[in-house]
Amino acid sequence: MLDKNGIAKRIAKEVQDGFYVNLGIGIPTLVANFVREDINVEFQSENGVLGMGPFPFEGEEDADIINAGKQTITTLPGASFFDSATSFAMIRGKHVDLTILGAMEVADNGDIANWKIPGKMVKGMGGAMDLVASAENIIVAMMHTNRAGESKLLKQCSLPLTGVGCVKKIVTNLAVLEVGPKGFVLLERAPGVSVEEIQKATQGRLIVKGTVPEMVI
Amino acid sequence: MINKKVSNVANALEGVKNGMTFMLGGFGLCGIPENAIAELVRLGIKDITCISNNAGVDDFGLGLLLQGRQIKKMISSYVGENDEFERQMLSGELEVELTPQGTLAEKCRAAQGGFPAFYTPAGYGTEVAHGKETREFNGKMYVLEHAYKADFSFVKAWKGDEAGNLIFKGTARNFNPCMCGAATITVAEVEELHPAGSLDPNEIHIPGIFVQRIFKGEHYEKRIEQRTVRTKNHA
Repeated sequence: MLDKNGIAKRIAKEVQDGFYVNLGIGIPTLVANFVREDINVEFQSENGVLGMGPFPFEGEEDADIINAGKQTITTLPGASFFDSATSFAMIRGKHVDLTILGAMEVADNGDIANWKIPGKMVKGMGGAMDLVASAENIIVAMMHTNRAGESKLLKQCSLPLTGVGCVKKIVTNLAVLEVGPKGFVLLERAPGVSVEEIQKATQGRLIVKGTVPEMVI
Repeated sequence: MINKKVSNVANALEGVKNGMTFMLGGFGLCGIPENAIAELVRLGIKDITCISNNAGVDDFGLGLLLQGRQIKKMISSYVGENDEFERQMLSGELEVELTPQGTLAEKCRAAQGGFPAFYTPAGYGTEVAHGKETREFNGKMYVLEHAYKADFSFVKAWKGDEAGNLIFKGTARNFNPCMCGAATITVAEVEELHPAGSLDPNEIHIPGIFVQRIFKGEHYEKRIEQRTVRTKNHA
């Protein structure tokens, strides 16, 4: 089984040379720490920066340079700043190559819910609806089950949707899955996790073809 | 040169009234019009509709207007990090319209650029699209979203000149340029106000035609919401 850093490490392998990547808040933010150093990648933050770098050194924080999580950041050579409409033109216009975001629920037809728990949490969707409606290449990073042990990979989302039929790939603490025409296709198992354990933790349709390899991280 | 300079925040906000709709720039607390907000608090204007990506924190930004129950309706994409906001929303005192962030930016830009409405894929198939016209283009579904209408836009820039030309800094740019010229009157506050002719026309982000009033903000706190740093030995 993987921890959050393990999930981020596995997703980092999906990041290719020359990619512009949008990272959501939470586990996706960790992906930046594990991207190979021999490839060129630029991270986009929807509040208006391309070419995000690491956190600043203490004393060098600038209130005018933050990421979408409102954290102080730095920029790398080649970075640029732009307004919010331009930022979402990059997203809506499919100029961003890969979007990595978290989710509360994913359905086996690719629906995703990650912005609202009626009556409990109403913080808003931020940029998530724009991202999932347009990105061609969306990877969801999340735990396979919630704190109550219930599956987050469902036949149908129970929470209000963020987008319909948009998720392509999911990396959880247990598995790597793809959304196929007939449900979740199991691609890889996390180290030490059996197919049966993944089946038990998946409420949506799960397709297992032949021997499922263990992840190489 | 058409001079847009006003001497202070009080003159800049002349004409604001109860019940008006305001656009306010900023992302979180980054790039918010601090001086205009402080003046709205001082004036005690009520029943405001605010179009702003976020709602500030409890004791800063738009949180200050919430404390005084001056806001009737918030139109935002993300409203976390604010307990008083949550309380007013759950008790029904405050009306809230949540809008996808890219749609919010574009509804401002549409108003700026003279588009009455536009189609976006964001929100299709979700509750955001309820009651809205949808249409298929090239096999994909889109939602019709209308341009905002507002009485005042309050924006914050780094540098400006007397002609109303603006230059933004870092990610404090965010929604500010999209809101310039998107309301009947755009009020820009700047950290540095320069004489016309001293800013390079090549470097201007927003031309003064989109700005009706410009003033130098007296004080900027520029509060940081999430101070994240690394230590030298990790470098």
